[in-house]
Amino acid sequence: MKWEVVIGLETHAQLSTVSKIFSGASTAFGAEPNTQACGVDIALPGVLPVLNTGAVERAIRFGLAVGAKINSPSIFARKNYFYPDLPKGYQISQYELPIVEGGTITIQVGDTEKTVRLTRAHLEEDAGKSLHEDFHGRTGIDLNRAGTPLLEIVSEPDMRSAEEAVAYARALHTLVRWIDVCDGNMQEGSFRCDANVSVRPAGSEKLGTRREIKNLNSFRFLQQAIEYEVRWQIGELEDGRAIQQATVLFDPDTGETRMMRTKEDAHDYRYFPDPDLLPLEVTAERIAVVRSVMPELPQAMKSRFVDEYKLPDYDAALLTASKETASYFEETTRITFDAAKVLLGIAGKEPVLSGVAKLAANWLIGEIASRLNSGGIELADSPIKPGQLAKLLARILDQTLSSKMAREVFDAMWAGEGDADAIIAAKGLKQISDSGEIEKIVDQVLAANTQQVADFRAGKEKAFNSLVGQVMKASRGKANPQQVNDILRRRLAG
Amino acid sequence: MSNATLKELSDRLAAGACSSVELAQDYINKINGLGKSLGCFITVDAERSLAQAKAADARRAAGNAGPLTGVPLAHKDIFCAEGWLTTCASRMLSNFVSPYDAHVVELCNAAGMVTLGKTNMDEFAMGSSNETSFFGPVRNPWNPDTVPGGSSGGSAAAVAARLAPAATGTDTGGSIRQPAALTGICGLKPTYGLVSRYGMIAFASSLDQAGPMARTAEDLGLLLNVMAGHDPRDSTSLERPAEDYNRSLAQPLKGLRIGLPREFFADGLSPDVRCAVDEAVAEYRKLGATVVDISLPNMELSVPVYYVLAPAEASSNLSRFDGVRYGHRAAEYTDLMDMYKRSRAEGFGAEVKRRILIGTYVLSHGYYDAYYIRAQKLRRLIARDFVEAFRQCDVIMGPTSPTTAFRLGEKSADPVQMYLSDIYTIAVNLAGLPGMSIPCGFDGGGLPVGLQIIGNYFDEARMLNAAHQYQLATDWHTKAPAVGQG
Amino acid sequence: MITYTASIFNGFFTLAMAIQLDDVRRAAHLARIAVDDAEAGAALAQLTRVFGLIEQMRAVDVSGIEPMAHAQDLMLRLRADEVTETNRRERFQAVAPEVESGLYLVPKVIE
Repeated sequence: MKWEVVIGLETHAQLSTVSKIFSGASTAFGAEPNTQACGVDIALPGVLPVLNTGAVERAIRFGLAVGAKINSPSIFARKNYFYPDLPKGYQISQYELPIVEGGTITIQVGDTEKTVRLTRAHLEEDAGKSLHEDFHGRTGIDLNRAGTPLLEIVSEPDMRSAEEAVAYARALHTLVRWIDVCDGNMQEGSFRCDANVSVRPAGSEKLGTRREIKNLNSFRFLQQAIEYEVRWQIGELEDGRAIQQATVLFDPDTGETRMMRTKEDAHDYRYFPDPDLLPLEVTAERIAVVRSVMPELPQAMKSRFVDEYKLPDYDAALLTASKETASYFEETTRITFDAAKVLLGIAGKEPVLSGVAKLAANWLIGEIASRLNSGGIELADSPIKPGQLAKLLARILDQTLSSKMAREVFDAMWAGEGDADAIIAAKGLKQISDSGEIEKIVDQVLAANTQQVADFRAGKEKAFNSLVGQVMKASRGKANPQQVNDILRRRLAG
Repeated sequence: MSNATLKELSDRLAAGACSSVELAQDYINKINGLGKSLGCFITVDAERSLAQAKAADARRAAGNAGPLTGVPLAHKDIFCAEGWLTTCASRMLSNFVSPYDAHVVELCNAAGMVTLGKTNMDEFAMGSSNETSFFGPVRNPWNPDTVPGGSSGGSAAAVAARLAPAATGTDTGGSIRQPAALTGICGLKPTYGLVSRYGMIAFASSLDQAGPMARTAEDLGLLLNVMAGHDPRDSTSLERPAEDYNRSLAQPLKGLRIGLPREFFADGLSPDVRCAVDEAVAEYRKLGATVVDISLPNMELSVPVYYVLAPAEASSNLSRFDGVRYGHRAAEYTDLMDMYKRSRAEGFGAEVKRRILIGTYVLSHGYYDAYYIRAQKLRRLIARDFVEAFRQCDVIMGPTSPTTAFRLGEKSADPVQMYLSDIYTIAVNLAGLPGMSIPCGFDGGGLPVGLQIIGNYFDEARMLNAAHQYQLATDWHTKAPAVGQG
Repeated sequence: MITYTASIFNGFFTLAMAIQLDDVRRAAHLARIAVDDAEAGAALAQLTRVFGLIEQMRAVDVSGIEPMAHAQDLMLRLRADEVTETNRRERFQAVAPEVESGLYLVPKVIE
């Protein structure tokens, strides 16, 4: 039988406020246990929650970014259950009326674009952490994380493969960082996904029974966990066993999912409106203010890159993977274009924006990305800033540097040896583009290689390449390869 | 000296007729004597009290005294007070020394008032007789075989027995007014949101409101002036300009329209209570008030509505008592689940557990709409009845409680009988209105009767005016039980 | 399980959802309160009385009425995103049943 996979994601994005959602304790990561858990966070008797406006502002920003409806009022509810890292015995969340409803995320898998619908996004508080090691068989509870604001973003079951799920998670991850609502740090748990996975016979309308994979904190684990889960569910169904609804954990060591042992007992969260918190109003004025400071969003920017710079979709997608990459690209392109205008203007020529942009894109996606990757460096910490890269690219455009020479200069720049022009001067790397000079070298090479000249004239095209090589060698690599080609052809034809 | 009112003590301190330390010591002596036999207090800490009194005397000497600086009061043990054992009358918190002050306690401290101790109460404020306390019942100073009412029974009995000139209380369904009535003192539950709930251990958050308990209406106003005020740490605390709740005390009552809801005078009201309330109303007529017959048609449903909403909120509010971060943890257990279940089974008393079970049940899957949502809809109907009624009158009057103090143990076997003793007070909490009780006579057995005065939202000053004028014309509020005399 | 029985309370008939022993046990489990059979039985008897009272709510038509969750008809006030709290761990943990290295300890939690 052919099976169809159905996946929906619930993503918890920690909102980047400095204080907690209902208390004035710090949200900074990595403090000593329980030193950032105030009376409200540890749920002392008598304490009360007061909502952080920063969390609300971020939720609105997210809602606007995904084209969702901002509910006013929205309601905070209590989700009741006992767990040692949940100090009040209930989590303050939103249930019947979330602050954000609807919206979409556009994803790209291969060449196809797809729209994933969002069900809702609601504000809630994070729980603390349970530490299971080193306490002679007991569990230690650290409540520093308790009360950290979360936006839980729930998708519709619109994804049909692990690839689509990962593409969705990545797009969401890009977006929340782009609009500065979440730092996206997955190691620290700032962005984590639960995946609801089910399978059904292809063509069936009815959804299969789903199992929820909890707490996936890397895209790789997300992919692996879903792939395993899908194989497992299909195996079960093909062996004639029904799937039971369950919550499972992914074990990265074995690559398998397994049922959780603790939360198995039937849940009845007894949601009800939190009597400590009145309805949350979001006025039209407030929405307008948030909208007015909203940056250009990745999807819009990607389209603009294709239109304005005539970049291929693929390049535009890569360049808009993060706000830093996009602004690095645009800054480099702008400075390069301005510099090339001056440099080419001497020769009465003008740079073409799309050509400059493509050059900048190639260098950013190519050299810069691979250096950052291998060095484990963030773009923000790159030793070469847009202004510096632009100077190098301008020297390619004005034909001072061949691309091979440009790479040599780039290496030196990366090593901190100075800016492009200084390195070109120091290394004597200036390309020979003077045709008189090149002609001289060509004539010398032709005179010294009569046999190859004869071979070429006898129809052996290979001999031409060898002659080009000889000329380049004789110029110590500095001759403009295009000009060498042209002059050599002209001479041999003559 | 301990027979003096808050106002009189304030005047004496201002005149230098006594010191705060002398006052505090005097009350503490009585608390350690009579207070013990009545069971009014859970915690007394003379050293702390006297240190506060000393600081108050120093403040007065420095010329910085406010009207209540150096005046002692008792706090219901539901209020967190830094360094004080704060138990909520529960075994669960029998070892809990609060690391912080409730807003009410902060304000009283800032005014220079001296904390005499923490008063006994029904466990987690759940009860109408003060019999559910882990620390034992409180006895009514008028007759030690009867209850003082609840849940602020310790505060009420302490004030009635002259062990404190005033006390704080909290009122979720009548817990200030009913014990005030049963012990012959005055108690005021303000408009919801006037007094911060921060640091007041929550029972039913949407109903809980703290207020003053004292012997005169004027004293209630003096203490309310200290207790009320905006607190940014409570999201339901109202932002309103400060007011002097005693500003209208002297106003004559001519033209005051008193609404008498016929539902308050129907079956179930004891004849003695009815008689005393009728006489009080007659007195008000003499003072120039007019009487209007009104109806609160849904009031009867306030008890069932309350026993859905309050337990539902309580079941969630009390989930934090899990033996992990503070409070009682069972000595023996097999695993985490067992630790939770035993700690909570041991830490909570029968009535608290009963209400947690009711609340859990009404919120659980499949019952939520039938119970919780329905109760919230009825709550709105009950609140609307009052809006209608206040179109025809300025204040509403009636009995505070259907009976006078009942015998210890009389109603503890049947929760429903106990719950029905709050029939006249609960609707006020559901609506969020201010309500008060003042003494208006005695039954045949010499037990006090309370007159309930219900005001419109934020109409505390008018209620206090009405109560004060009545107290100028009558002397019920000056009557002391035999044990409190001398 | 829900069964519908006619019960008499305060002189008029109401249609009651009778609470069962299993409901009591289930609520006690959800609320994490240990109850033995005797306690569950006693609780059932009293809760049956209480729900008899609660069932009076059915006498009134509430269609079209908006539920009232708060005593005030106001919107939520928000606080500024500022850190106002300092570390008070020692003070807070002074009253904790079991702590080690700044952590609250509980019996092993198995996920």
